[in-house]
Amino acid sequence: MTTNNTQENQDLVLQVSHVSAGYKSSGLLPFQSKYTEILHDVDFSIKHGEIMGLVGESGTGKSTLARAILGMIEPHEGEIIHYTKRPQVVFQDPYSSLNPAYTVGWSLEEPLVVFGKYDADERKRRVRDMMERVELPEELLEAKPSELSGGQRQRVSIAAALIRRPRFIIADEPVSALDVTIQAQILKLLVDLREELDLSYLFISHDLNVVYQICDRVLVMKNGRIVEQGDVDTVYDHPKEEYTKQLLAAAQ
Amino acid sequence: MMKKKIWNGYLIAGLVITSIVLIWIIVGQFYTPYDPTQMTGAKLQAPSAAHLFGTDKFGRDIFSRVMSGAGTTLLVAVATIGIGAVAGTLIGALTGYFGGYVDEVLMRLNDVLTAFPSILLGLVVISILGPGKYNVILALGIVFIPGYARLMRTAFASQREINYIISAQLMGASTARILAIHMLPNTFSTLLPALTIGFNNAVLAEASMSFLGIGVMPPDISLGYMLSESQGMLRTAPWYALSVGTVIAVLVFGVGMIGEGIQRIGKEDL
Repeated sequence: MTTNNTQENQDLVLQVSHVSAGYKSSGLLPFQSKYTEILHDVDFSIKHGEIMGLVGESGTGKSTLARAILGMIEPHEGEIIHYTKRPQVVFQDPYSSLNPAYTVGWSLEEPLVVFGKYDADERKRRVRDMMERVELPEELLEAKPSELSGGQRQRVSIAAALIRRPRFIIADEPVSALDVTIQAQILKLLVDLREELDLSYLFISHDLNVVYQICDRVLVMKNGRIVEQGDVDTVYDHPKEEYTKQLLAAAQ
Repeated sequence: MMKKKIWNGYLIAGLVITSIVLIWIIVGQFYTPYDPTQMTGAKLQAPSAAHLFGTDKFGRDIFSRVMSGAGTTLLVAVATIGIGAVAGTLIGALTGYFGGYVDEVLMRLNDVLTAFPSILLGLVVISILGPGKYNVILALGIVFIPGYARLMRTAFASQREINYIISAQLMGASTARILAIHMLPNTFSTLLPALTIGFNNAVLAEASMSFLGIGVMPPDISLGYMLSESQGMLRTAPWYALSVGTVIAVLVFGVGMIGEGIQRIGKEDL
């Protein structure tokens, strides 16, 4: 069950309690459909203002967990409770997260148009304000995604995710597709925005060094289970699980 | 930072040729040198300065007839791809986006329609409705739906899992908005060349049906009807068939070039 708790909780932005979830592959006939469970008894919470890392190899269910939190798949056991507005997401691939048919300005304004609470002037003002926050020149509002560099696109994606001022962001490998120098800039931007806009993140990555740089706590995932969680320093310095040790060794 | 290269030789040549033919046809709906249905001089005259395409066995000016009749062909072709593309896009959008049972049922129906040769399907519709230009439009329109539906289904389905669509779903955009505003513009690179190919097929299909006598009926005249008529005068007035055929060929060639040009947008010019 995914619920949205309207009651503001001062401490938590998200609580995932004992969630098991997976995908149903449907066949032509009802008896052909098959359920594959990906997540097993996942249990953690994210505190207000925290950057929570989620590490693990490819295929362990990191993105499935993100989808479950976003409400795209329904957990078949357990509960996901949001204490803030609907979370937004920043994807890994900046080439597919912006609609190629439209300009940057359109992509930033569209979430506000759908929201429907602001008039055109207010929308434009918010778009310009957000462009400034992600450190992009206003001229780029007229550009199509194909005219931008990877780093610029990722900044636009972040701006689009933040334009409705969510308090909780899921960043799914947000820097993995970028050059190392650009990576550092985007990470700094994410950390700065946390302060400015009072955000919390679930930061998904397979790169343990990146997680160490920016996260407060970390979840280690293996085969759909959280095998270890705790403060980044504790987990990195004194890993308890063999799997965590292997991951850390591989990242040296 | 690169702007897409839009203009290429194919597109320019296609637009120029098509525009000239279109202007000529549109003028023909309001003004022709002679009345296309009246005797204007000696029968079976060869092309001359007075009668550019000559006259037929009733002494009617062929240039004026082609100018006027091409309008009917144009109307049929445009309306046909209109019906085919609009209905096909709707069906394609729904089946491509939702998948599942809707997709299975509609696409199997589509397969059934596709299994019939189009001229046969057209014949069935005409035999139920009777000939005439509006029934030809309806018949060809229905024949054209499955092709567009299949094409557009792929264009919509391929976007379903892309991040910008997932983002649109997460921001709470309605399904109609996602389909029409977020997805549709990205299908144009598929749809536009298909429209030009469809236009050409429609021109040729109208010509075939009218040629077979199941299409446009007098007093309407169309290129296909005239082609059928000119068949009886092949020996006495070969310029009739030749001029009608040339206009069809030039129109189809021009639109075909536009289609080729659109497909080459953003790619290297030759």
